[in-house]
Amino acid sequence: MDEVSTSTFAPETDESAPWLVRAKGLTKSFGEGHARIPVLKGVDLEVAPGEVVLLVGPSGSGKTTLLSLIAGMLEVDDGEINILGHTLGNMTAAAKSQFRLEYLGFIFQQYHLLPALTAVENAAIPLLIRGMNRTEALARAEEILQSVGMGARLGAMPLTLSGGEQQRVAIARALVSEPRLLLCDEPTASLDGETGHRVVEKLHEIGKRHDRAVIIVTHDSRIFEFGDRIAHMEDGRINQIQQAREVQA
Amino acid sequence: MNVVALKMLFGDRAKYLMLLAGLTFSTMLIVQQGSIFWGLMMWSMSGITNVNVPVWVTDPNINQVEELKPLADTAVTRVRSVPGVEWAVPLYKGVQRARLRDGNYEQISLVGIDSSTLIGRPQQVLAGRIEELRAPETVAVDQLAVERLGGPEKIHVGSVFEINDHRARIVAIVRTQKSFQNIPFVYTTYERALGMTPPERRKLSYVLAQPVEGVAAEELAQRIQEETGLGAYTEEQFGWKTVRWILKNTGIGVNFGTTVLLGFIVGMAIAGQTFYLFTVENLPHFGALKAIGAGTGLLAKMILLQSFTVGLTGYGIGVGLATLFGLTAAGGGRLPFVQTWPLLAGVLIALLMICGLSSAISIHKLAKLEPAVVFRG
Repeated sequence: MDEVSTSTFAPETDESAPWLVRAKGLTKSFGEGHARIPVLKGVDLEVAPGEVVLLVGPSGSGKTTLLSLIAGMLEVDDGEINILGHTLGNMTAAAKSQFRLEYLGFIFQQYHLLPALTAVENAAIPLLIRGMNRTEALARAEEILQSVGMGARLGAMPLTLSGGEQQRVAIARALVSEPRLLLCDEPTASLDGETGHRVVEKLHEIGKRHDRAVIIVTHDSRIFEFGDRIAHMEDGRINQIQQAREVQA
Repeated sequence: MNVVALKMLFGDRAKYLMLLAGLTFSTMLIVQQGSIFWGLMMWSMSGITNVNVPVWVTDPNINQVEELKPLADTAVTRVRSVPGVEWAVPLYKGVQRARLRDGNYEQISLVGIDSSTLIGRPQQVLAGRIEELRAPETVAVDQLAVERLGGPEKIHVGSVFEINDHRARIVAIVRTQKSFQNIPFVYTTYERALGMTPPERRKLSYVLAQPVEGVAAEELAQRIQEETGLGAYTEEQFGWKTVRWILKNTGIGVNFGTTVLLGFIVGMAIAGQTFYLFTVENLPHFGALKAIGAGTGLLAKMILLQSFTVGLTGYGIGVGLATLFGLTAAGGGRLPFVQTWPLLAGVLIALLMICGLSSAISIHKLAKLEPAVVFRG
């Protein structure tokens, strides 16, 4: 697939770097004064190109906050995040929006499909936000939907789709603009085992491409086999990073 | 993203229809009340506009056209002597009683115009010949008089009724702008009008004047005031003087102003609240768009497009309904109803303000929305 548009960001500073994402010493708290709650207490994480990393841990351990920081949706209190050679801390809010649009793809636990749009229109949204001609955007979205097995449901409204179908539309939306980094929040939480398995297989296939990476926040131990590494979070820290094969063993 | 914004708007049919209904109602109320108000003001000036002369000479203390303060008969010649006057003629105006053949009485506004020139006569004659007013015992009546005095079967050219026990034979039916008091106009000659009315020391209601070529009406009115000590106004000045007096002394302005304000507030409240609810309910979706990379500016444009789309649709329907009311309920001059482009432009501006303010609240909410909300389920 062709590039959607020319990047508005400067060329990556270090293309030979062995990581696509590097987070160092991340701290994040919420609230003020006595009510201030530290959520991340110094997190380091590196994700290499072609790698699928799973973030696991109990509720409140800081997984979603870490994902939000990597996505540039929250500001770090301390530490630094570098994605594809770009330091998020140096960007304005508008630049972060543009950066997400150009380099990142998202899959949300609740799908967040727009109910008034068809499957193909939902999948085309990132391209439409980038200002692509509607006809061209819909054509590209159609291709992607076909690749995730949704070719027969292009004109379906989200409310008429099953959970698995909605998640596949959400995956198509995440992939349509060819993102370098895919961030997934509990992508299988609302799906039955078989559908969840197929969805994660697809994510794994995407993550294994050499110029991409996938970070998945999950509680679902059934999908651990699809990660290259599994980062265990607890109480605002990454306690342990395991190779997936170790976990399976 | 314009199509996406519109699909989001139309997709939530209940809220869209509520928004549309609120803005349509608001527009219709403001246009309908504004048109009736303006129609009433036009009616209040009808005593002046029906006569259609450039300068009115009055008692110096007069407040409005229906407030009769008769002048001395010499006023006509005094006005004629002012430099710049092309001609000056007397006009009688007064409310009298007409007695119908069946014995009923009806109030009429009797207008006596100069018999030689017929200056002050209505512009449009529907039947008969107004020139026949020069014949004895003749009058011309307007369309309202036909209706009030018994209908077209009884009141037509040639039929007879009485004014203060004086025989009046109709020689013409004329079209006039209705008056604020909604009393029919009956025209006759000045001298005959004096004869038909009870004796008084002074009966000259107004002197009508025309400036010579090269002299403006304002200038002539000023000269007449200075040289005669009488009141003198151009047609427009006298019209607005009448409107101001009515607004000040009748409470009509406050009444209509309150209704128009209510229309604005109701429209604002419904539109603002519904649009805010629409935004709040769509926050997860807007959050998702923001997370994907839509900036606040793009979302603001979407909100504005949604708001102005429903606003302009509501405006169109509201103006259409108000116009329909004007053509049906108020048709044929039954009710004062005058739609003017400044009114429609003013309502459009008011509606755009409603849409703008409603959007601003929603945009403020979206600007503060953290995209990370989408990760919180």
